[in-house]
Amino acid sequence: MRVTFPHMGSSPIAFKMLIEKLGHEPVMPLRPSENTLSLGSHYAPEFACIPFKILLGTYLEALERGAEMIITSGGMGPCRAGYYGVLHEKILRDLGFDVEFVVLEPPQKKTMDFLRKLRRITRGKSLSVVWDALSTCWQKLRVLDYIDELSYEIRPRELEKNETTRVLEECYQIIDSAWTREEIRESRVECEKRLRAIRTDKTKNPLKVGIIGEIYVVLEPAANFDIQRMLGDMGVLARRSIYLADWTKNNTFFKGEDHIKKAAKPYLAELVGGHGTLSVGNTVLYSREGYDGVIQLAPFACIPEIVSKSILGKVARDLDIPVLTLFIDEQTGKAGIKTRLEAFVDLMHSRRKIRREALV
Amino acid sequence: MKIGIPRTLTYYAYKPLWETFFQDLGCEIVVSEKTSKGILDKGVEFAVNDACIPIKLFHGHVHNIGNRADFIFVPRLINLTGEKTVTYCPKFLGLTDMVRASMPDLPPLLDFRIDLREKWKARRREYERLGCLLGMSPGRIGHAFRSAKRALRSYRRRLSHGNDPERAVAELREHTGIPSLPSRPITLAVVGYPYLLYDDFVNAGLMTKLYNMGIRILTPEMVPERQLLIKAKGLPKDLFWTFSNQVVRSAIYYIDDSRVDGIIHVTAFGCGPDSMVGKLIELEAKQRGVPYVLISLDEHTGEAGILTRLEAFVDMLRYRRGEL
Repeated sequence: MRVTFPHMGSSPIAFKMLIEKLGHEPVMPLRPSENTLSLGSHYAPEFACIPFKILLGTYLEALERGAEMIITSGGMGPCRAGYYGVLHEKILRDLGFDVEFVVLEPPQKKTMDFLRKLRRITRGKSLSVVWDALSTCWQKLRVLDYIDELSYEIRPRELEKNETTRVLEECYQIIDSAWTREEIRESRVECEKRLRAIRTDKTKNPLKVGIIGEIYVVLEPAANFDIQRMLGDMGVLARRSIYLADWTKNNTFFKGEDHIKKAAKPYLAELVGGHGTLSVGNTVLYSREGYDGVIQLAPFACIPEIVSKSILGKVARDLDIPVLTLFIDEQTGKAGIKTRLEAFVDLMHSRRKIRREALV
Repeated sequence: MKIGIPRTLTYYAYKPLWETFFQDLGCEIVVSEKTSKGILDKGVEFAVNDACIPIKLFHGHVHNIGNRADFIFVPRLINLTGEKTVTYCPKFLGLTDMVRASMPDLPPLLDFRIDLREKWKARRREYERLGCLLGMSPGRIGHAFRSAKRALRSYRRRLSHGNDPERAVAELREHTGIPSLPSRPITLAVVGYPYLLYDDFVNAGLMTKLYNMGIRILTPEMVPERQLLIKAKGLPKDLFWTFSNQVVRSAIYYIDDSRVDGIIHVTAFGCGPDSMVGKLIELEAKQRGVPYVLISLDEHTGEAGILTRLEAFVDMLRYRRGEL
């Protein structure tokens, strides 16, 4: 069967292997482009958030290229992302596509449903094959997260512009070609070696920025105009609060976000769905760790992030840390984002300077 | 002691409950004035600019009672049905914190939070806690809670007979009848959240206009509870929000109902849940061939615009019936 799935950052590399190992043919989702977004916006409800529109566009593109099954994730609310699957399926059916739609719900909440759907995808495969596919996919996701993070550390200090980006592309290819557990482990070592070989300015102490917000626009460079790379090119060290592997782990059987929720408690005592509460908590944590600023990324009309935005103003005042909120919609342009980032970076530079002078 | 209650959002669904409760405890109630341009402007000033109009209005209403009350009652309703994955809209969940963070110089907010998923008796406990906070004896609180529940029940009964909240309360006092209609009126199901349908300012007099056009209006509150649960089974997955579930289920009920000529979905600009709700209703109505119109409200909604759209829709329905 020809299977496709959403495009989210570098994760398609891992999911491609998973689907191949399960004996299906992957229809690789294209990196979301303007065409993807306008296709999605055309058929999506007007006020659906941008991830909904991008995903719908991605599916339509994949269906044109012959996909027969779509695998995606569900959710239990109160963020509307949990209802995407149902509505996407209804819209695609209304357009006349006969596609098999598999929405994987969180296994700890709907165990039987999860297993039944897993069975549908893995039809006829032995348990050991399925286990190998799932565990190596997981391993690959972790390697990808690690390499991405490393590239964001190195880029602001690179001596030759764009070298990190070039090496990172090579790394993706190396990881993509790894197949067994052993090969994936080796690919990680090899990629790390190449990235560390980039000549950098070791004495530089770049500005540090934390990126918070809604998972899709934080993780998908096509949705956020590759903000982490843009900041890196400006010589700013940008760390993000969400990684796909960590997030999946924290939201299935393991609880790993309690310290963030605790940090948010004085300002937002309720779980408001999505990443709203985590955005507030992470801002508190970033300020404790001495970051120079925080950037909040969210789709236009994102419910949880609107709640956190209205609270972040007070957090920023109380803890004296600048917060820049960027709401992204179909009309957002790269130049606009870049101008605002440059102004924000200038602001952080001058704050640092004032502090340094105050010390002297 | 004066308790301020903002006249918006959940107020329209639970007003007799809270009013009776506080009055029975001997507190004075200050309800904010009816929504007006001034309240809206204040809301726009204080609320975060990306919020939807109901949230902005809530800030405006809180400001309106800010200097007249000793406490402000900002209910945080999480779950009142016991269904595991259903809550209110995330903006409702964070409302207390939003108001606290963005509005300075307010009287203390009365913290109030009900989540029936956690404990079966959470509702009663929370009212007891609230009463204790106001320094009342357990006996008095229990009495107030019981009569509040009674008031809510009879209010809901009246709503289910087709009276809007203002009239339902008037009826509680005067026992007047339902307005008379032409013999074969056009019947429209107007679905949407209570704080949009029953706030005459926000919806630019939509309900009154329909009444004046001689149209029979059916609202989500008029669908029997049991029918809503039956309709819920027809959906592949429940929505996550109490009000939205009520709207979708009642819309599907009315789509199936042969008395109904058309569906009007009233929504607020930028409402997150409604982007899902609206499309679901639209696809469902399209499939069964029931006329459907979406009316989106924002700060700039004008009477003339709404009237034109309603008239066009009703004319289309009359044409379908062969009356034009």
